[in-house]
Amino acid sequence: MSNNQKKQLTPVQQEYQDLEKQKETKRPVVKNCIKAFFTGGIICLIGQAIQLFYIYYFDFTDQTAGNPTVGTMIFISMLLTGFGVYDRIAQFGGAGSAVPVTGFGNAVISACIEHRTEGFVLGVGGNMFKLAGSVILFGTFSAFVIATIKTILIQWGGL
Amino acid sequence: MLTGHRTWVFDQKPVIVSTGTVGGPFEANGALAEDFDLLHSDLWLGQDSYEKAHKVLLEEASQKAIEKAGLQKEQIQFFLGGDLINQITPTSFACRTLGTPYLGLFGACSTSMEGLALGAYLVNTKGANYLLTGASSHNTAVEKQFRYPTEYGGQKPPTAQWTVTGAGVALLSDAGDGPCVTSATIGRVIDMGMTDPFNMGGAMAPAAVDTIEAHLTERNLKPSYYDLIVTGDLGQIGRAVSLDLFKKHGTPIREEQYQDCGLMIYRESQPVLSGASGPGCSATVVYGHLLNRMKKGEFKRILVVATGALLSPLSFQQSETIPCIAHAVSIEYGGE
Repeated sequence: MSNNQKKQLTPVQQEYQDLEKQKETKRPVVKNCIKAFFTGGIICLIGQAIQLFYIYYFDFTDQTAGNPTVGTMIFISMLLTGFGVYDRIAQFGGAGSAVPVTGFGNAVISACIEHRTEGFVLGVGGNMFKLAGSVILFGTFSAFVIATIKTILIQWGGL
Repeated sequence: MLTGHRTWVFDQKPVIVSTGTVGGPFEANGALAEDFDLLHSDLWLGQDSYEKAHKVLLEEASQKAIEKAGLQKEQIQFFLGGDLINQITPTSFACRTLGTPYLGLFGACSTSMEGLALGAYLVNTKGANYLLTGASSHNTAVEKQFRYPTEYGGQKPPTAQWTVTGAGVALLSDAGDGPCVTSATIGRVIDMGMTDPFNMGGAMAPAAVDTIEAHLTERNLKPSYYDLIVTGDLGQIGRAVSLDLFKKHGTPIREEQYQDCGLMIYRESQPVLSGASGPGCSATVVYGHLLNRMKKGEFKRILVVATGALLSPLSFQQSETIPCIAHAVSIEYGGE
């Protein structure tokens, strides 16, 4: 909790929160990091295998194999989400399964599955990017900012 | 009647003549499966949305309670209940099916005891001969309402709790045989400035402690008067914290007489993290398991304290703290 919020608490609230903190089960951070490292690593390993597969068996190069690989990974993640497996992997893997592109696929498809009872337009269409929308928005915006900085540095910075 | 500031003592002793409890597949694998009247193997209950399934849970529990009491649904004068879904539609829609006059309640997970307290008050003052009161929750419908989509891969912290899929309904009457509702203490809204919606137990514990201590003071009772003081859904953390608070306040509650419905309903092997929660949690455990044990003579007097966190997804996103409430109802059976 930020200090700013803590300042607004009454002494009784603060005392209680300190007491509560002692009893609270802590997130096992180190264990979670190790699990996330291996879960994320395995996902990326599968991705790498798929990329090599596209390079060796189809006419893709290192540069062009990225797109079909991402597509395939998202497809697999969507299947796993639909079968109700991905959320279990995520409970184990945490950030390891959330950060790769499969986590993004899961965020989109889980919202679609959830809201299909409200119909295709208002349900699926309206809620599809409920979770992923802010990732797209801020991802695109940060890319824009970085690209602008890069352009300025190249144009006027003489890099 | 009114004893102290917020405790009602029911001198007419309204009777819980029958109860109906319905659970879902996760509860069927739980520790109290044999105490449910009806268990479903399908989370959808054959419906095409979780909200409809939620409604069916309550409908079936109500029908079971009426059936077990040997009554017709026309004889039921009121229904008092609620749930967690927007505008408590599952309960309202179930009452559309039932056709009884209806008072919708919202007390989050404390709705079960809010309903029982008000129901007992109505029966006690001759406001009704037969009334139903109940609460229900559906795991995925509630997750959808309060958290992320059910299939979304977000890691839950160890303080999180698992919402029960189930409905528990009690049929109260002014006459008959069964456990009696003897008193009720209405809770205050307590806010300790907690903000983590994945740690409800920690947020709700002070409300439970406040209500229990008020109940004991106002009725001038010692905790040992009750064979069991059972909270609704504090989970492991809430229970531990409230025991600490009792110790600090010098309230002599023994650890073994202080239990939590959220820790009873599932097996240890089930992945529920800190315990169960939801209005259906206290409703099914009390109206199923605990009343069965009372009828077997294991307990004579119990105090049920259902705790509720009065937040909404909106209030949480606006960085509001989580206000909580707890209502206590004492149930006695046999042995005056």
